[in-house]
Amino acid sequence: MAYEAVIGLEVHAQLLTRSKIFCGCTTQFGAPPNTQTCPVCLGMPGSLPVLNRKALEYAVKMALATNCRVAAESVFARKNYFYPDLPKGYQISQYELPLAEHGHLDIRVNGAVRRIGITRIHLEEDAGKLIHHEVRPVSFVDFNRAGVPLIEIVSEPDIRTPEEASQYLKAIRDILVYLEICDGNMEEGSLRGDANVSLRPLGTAGLGTRTELKNMNSFRFVKLALEYEIRRQRGLLAAGREIIQETRLWDASQNQTISMRGKEEAHDYRYFPDPDLAPVRIDEQWLEDLRKNLPELPAAKWQRFQDQYGLPEYDAEVLTADKALADYFEGTVKEFPHPKKVSNWIMGEFMRELKETPSLMSSVTFAASGKLLKLVEKGAISATASKGVFVEMVKTGQDPETIIQEKGLAQISDTGALEAAAREILAANPKEVADYKAGKTKVMGFFVGQLMRRTKGQANPQLANEVFKKLLNEI
Amino acid sequence: MILSREEVLHVAHLARLALKPEEIDMFTRQLNDILKYVEKLQELDTSGVPPLAHVAPVINAFREDEVKESLPRDQALDNAPAQEEGSFLVPRII
Repeated sequence: MAYEAVIGLEVHAQLLTRSKIFCGCTTQFGAPPNTQTCPVCLGMPGSLPVLNRKALEYAVKMALATNCRVAAESVFARKNYFYPDLPKGYQISQYELPLAEHGHLDIRVNGAVRRIGITRIHLEEDAGKLIHHEVRPVSFVDFNRAGVPLIEIVSEPDIRTPEEASQYLKAIRDILVYLEICDGNMEEGSLRGDANVSLRPLGTAGLGTRTELKNMNSFRFVKLALEYEIRRQRGLLAAGREIIQETRLWDASQNQTISMRGKEEAHDYRYFPDPDLAPVRIDEQWLEDLRKNLPELPAAKWQRFQDQYGLPEYDAEVLTADKALADYFEGTVKEFPHPKKVSNWIMGEFMRELKETPSLMSSVTFAASGKLLKLVEKGAISATASKGVFVEMVKTGQDPETIIQEKGLAQISDTGALEAAAREILAANPKEVADYKAGKTKVMGFFVGQLMRRTKGQANPQLANEVFKKLLNEI
Repeated sequence: MILSREEVLHVAHLARLALKPEEIDMFTRQLNDILKYVEKLQELDTSGVPPLAHVAPVINAFREDEVKESLPRDQALDNAPAQEEGSFLVPRII
């Protein structure tokens, strides 16, 4: 029987606030354990949580960017469960009245657009971190992360393939980063994606028993884990066996999902409204202010780069994958108004250097980059030599013209200077000259090559060609 | 009975309470008495009343995103039954 997969994603994103969601402790990463806690995030009796306004606004921005309806009033709830990473015995989250619902996101998969529904977006606090002792049956608890603001973005089960899941997650990440509300780092856990996946006979509408996949901390792992899990479930169904509803962890070292050990407990969170926190009311005016200040989002920029600059889809995709890169492209085009040439250069030379020197975009202004491209266009420097100049610009932050002068890299576009050298080359290679005269025009490449070597690549190749043609005709 | 003995055991487990056999019967009886007492509220017609999430007439209590000093670590750990290397120490769960 043919099956199709039904996949929904739950994405947790850490918000880039300076302080925690309900207290003033810093959210800075990497401090020694338990140095960033206070009575509120430790759940001490008598302490009162108060909502961080910025965390709320960040969450609303994400809701607007994913076409959600923001609730006029939303309420925080306590999600009760026992686990040592939770100091209070409950997590402050949202349940019945979440911040936003009914959104959607359009993603592109293999050239086609797929609309993925977004069920809800809500705010909650992160839990602490557990480190298990290697030998002794104990765990160390660090509450620095407890209370760091998170948004949870829950998709509808609209995703059908691992590829779509990965694209959806990427789209979510790109929007979060464009909004500057999350750093989007999956390896460090500031963006985490869990998946619910089940199979059903192709063409039917029901839902099969699902498993929940966790611990997929890269886009590649999301794809691999889902591929594995779909294969696993298909195998079970084909053998007439049942799927057990359970949580499974992706094990990257074994390339498989494994059942979480321990007894599977039916979740019974006993949510109830948190009496310590006031309901949140967002009026039209506030919403409008936030909407007005949304930046251009990745999908819109991608479309505009094609429309406005006539770039191919692929170029637009690469350039808009990173907001800073997109800005750099536009800045450079202002200096040197040849979009496709700028795009080629950025996707080639520029990105190669960017890998080596991630701070490149702040050290080399796009005015300097534009100037370099202009110099190549004018023929003042060869394309080959421009690569060295750019490397030097990155290294020293110097102006391209200064580097060209100091290194003597200016392209020789002076016919007289090239002619003298060309005559010598022709005189030294009578056999090739004879070949040329006999109709073997291919040797032209040899002559130009000789000239390039003699001028250390500074000869203007087009001009060199013309000079040789003229001299050979004179012979 | 509104609440069965099994439900009492379940709730006790969720709260990580270990009940003695005689306590199970006692709490089952007491909890049912309480529930029966408040059941009277069900007689009210609340069809036109929106659910109340909060008893205080407060809306939008915010703080600005400003970092305040945290507790010194020794104070944060002071009440912990066990601590080691600056961390709370707990029995291993996984």
